Amino acid sequence: MDLIRMKNVKKVYKNGVTAVYDLDLTIEKGEFVFVIGSTGCGKSTLIKMLYRAEKPTSGIINIGGIDVAKLKNRNVYKIRRKIGVVFQDFKLLERSTVYENVAFTLEVFGIPKAEIHEKVLKVLDLVGLKHKVKNYPNQLSGGEQQRVAIARAIVNGPKLLICDEPTGNLDETTSLGIMQVLEEINKLGTTIIMVTHDTDIVQRMQKRVVLLDSGRILKDYEKGTYRHEAI
Amino acid sequence: MKLFRMLGRNIRDSFKSVFRNFSLSLASISCITITLIVVALSMVLSANVNNFADNVEKDLTIVVFIERGASDEIIEKLGDSIDLLNYVESKTFKDRMDITKEMIEEDRTFEMILSKYTRENTPVRDEYLIKVTDIEKIGEVADNIRKLDNVYGVEYGETIIDSLITIFDVLRKASYISVIALVLVTAFLISNTIKITIFSRKREIEIMRLVGASNLNIKIPFIFEGLFLGIIGTIIPIILTTYGYVAIYQHFNGQVFSPFLKLISPTPFVYQTSLLLLVIGMLVGMFGSYRAVKKHLKI
Ligand SMILES: Nc1ncnc2c1ncn2[C@@H]1O[C@H](COP(=O)(O)OP(=O)(O)O)[C@@H](O)[C@H]1O
Ligand SMILES: [Mg+2]
Repeated sequence: MDLIRMKNVKKVYKNGVTAVYDLDLTIEKGEFVFVIGSTGCGKSTLIKMLYRAEKPTSGIINIGGIDVAKLKNRNVYKIRRKIGVVFQDFKLLERSTVYENVAFTLEVFGIPKAEIHEKVLKVLDLVGLKHKVKNYPNQLSGGEQQRVAIARAIVNGPKLLICDEPTGNLDETTSLGIMQVLEEINKLGTTIIMVTHDTDIVQRMQKRVVLLDSGRILKDYEKGTYRHEAI
Repeated sequence: MKLFRMLGRNIRDSFKSVFRNFSLSLASISCITITLIVVALSMVLSANVNNFADNVEKDLTIVVFIERGASDEIIEKLGDSIDLLNYVESKTFKDRMDITKEMIEEDRTFEMILSKYTRENTPVRDEYLIKVTDIEKIGEVADNIRKLDNVYGVEYGETIIDSLITIFDVLRKASYISVIALVLVTAFLISNTIKITIFSRKREIEIMRLVGASNLNIKIPFIFEGLFLGIIGTIIPIILTTYGYVAIYQHFNGQVFSPFLKLISPTPFVYQTSLLLLVIGMLVGMFGSYRAVKKHLKI
């Protein structure tokens, strides 16, 4: 079953830059997809349109039955609740603890305290940070902060997890640790789209790979067919 | 149930947030405090000016001098015709001998002049004192009385009173306008201060939106926060107005310069003013926050 269907999607920014041209892309439920390409080729723009941080200039974007392209500004939260997003710079609340950062998502929905407690601890266990619930972000390493961000993104059980260069600020070993966590989350049924320019990781993981170039899909590698030399 | 839980969390969180962002909160609170002190001052001033005007106007009377030698019957008839006129609220008759007595009491020099006259030959005339229902019509009423029989003359201090009425009218309008203008300026100032302080929390708002908070979800805590800021900001203005006004009132013994210019009694005036300040502070705080946060909710 398709989770994401993009058809003839085009994005022209206000300054006249066309970041994405006539893009067609379909992603099935449970897939793990890398989006790669050189800087400025439109990777971030592509995924921003998925969680509706940007509106496509034309085309159709359907995620789990919601027409994201047509979503009104005040209804954006409806799609955000179905999608978890992780960034290179973590975007944690600096003055809140690990626990509070993760609980934040659930509190916004008005879920009972006991249920929040249970869910937060479970997801922190999954990312391996159960022992740091009371720490503040600045007391954690970069890898640990990214795990908190991942925990926050998935605590609500989203169908889709979008990651924009989640390992961009991390060293190789730490990055691999993050990839293990993502792999595990994917195994539990969450579809993952990850933007990266770390071809080593992509090579190692052997997932589906979408290669972008100047706002167009240059190549769509099926699972297990990507070879580093291909670029 | 869910709504209450969320509301409870919002109120708790906004309260926490006021203290977490204390230096920023302090900026907003000071702004509210300072502007509300000015608002309070202008409210107290304008209320008292209005009070002066009311008191002075209440005391304004038309004095009707009755022709000498008019019989009691004629005087009574004259009274009846005055009662029939428009805008006449009440009339009081004053006997010429009572007036003489009053004059002498007020100024001893009258004694020498007036004591040699009897009721029959005194130059002092009987009077009717007329109060009008509408102060602006005092001239019209005086003119109408002047036309009646057995009226020797009519006086109401035309020139002074006419200009006084105009001055009070202008003062009154000016004070209302200045209070309203001040409140609006306050709202604008506060909203801008809060806007600057919220700017530093753009990130927080961005993250809230990212994890799926609806616009309302985001606005409500900020609106509560504005409410708290507003309430805290009114504390000092309220204390200042209450104690300050009572002190001034006692210092002047309730009147400025003459019994004509009576100050408004502190109770319930200071409570009403405080309540008004509180309401203004709350509304302006909420409005300021709302306006400030709205800006960050696009895309
Ligand atoms: N907000 C924006 N306004 C204008 N142009 C933008 C904006 N964001 C990105 N761009 C432009 O769109 C193109 C694609 O950017 P982006 O999607 O961020 O690329 P990538 O993530 O692959 O590096 C670039 O040319 C970039 O300059
Ligand atoms: Mg990018």
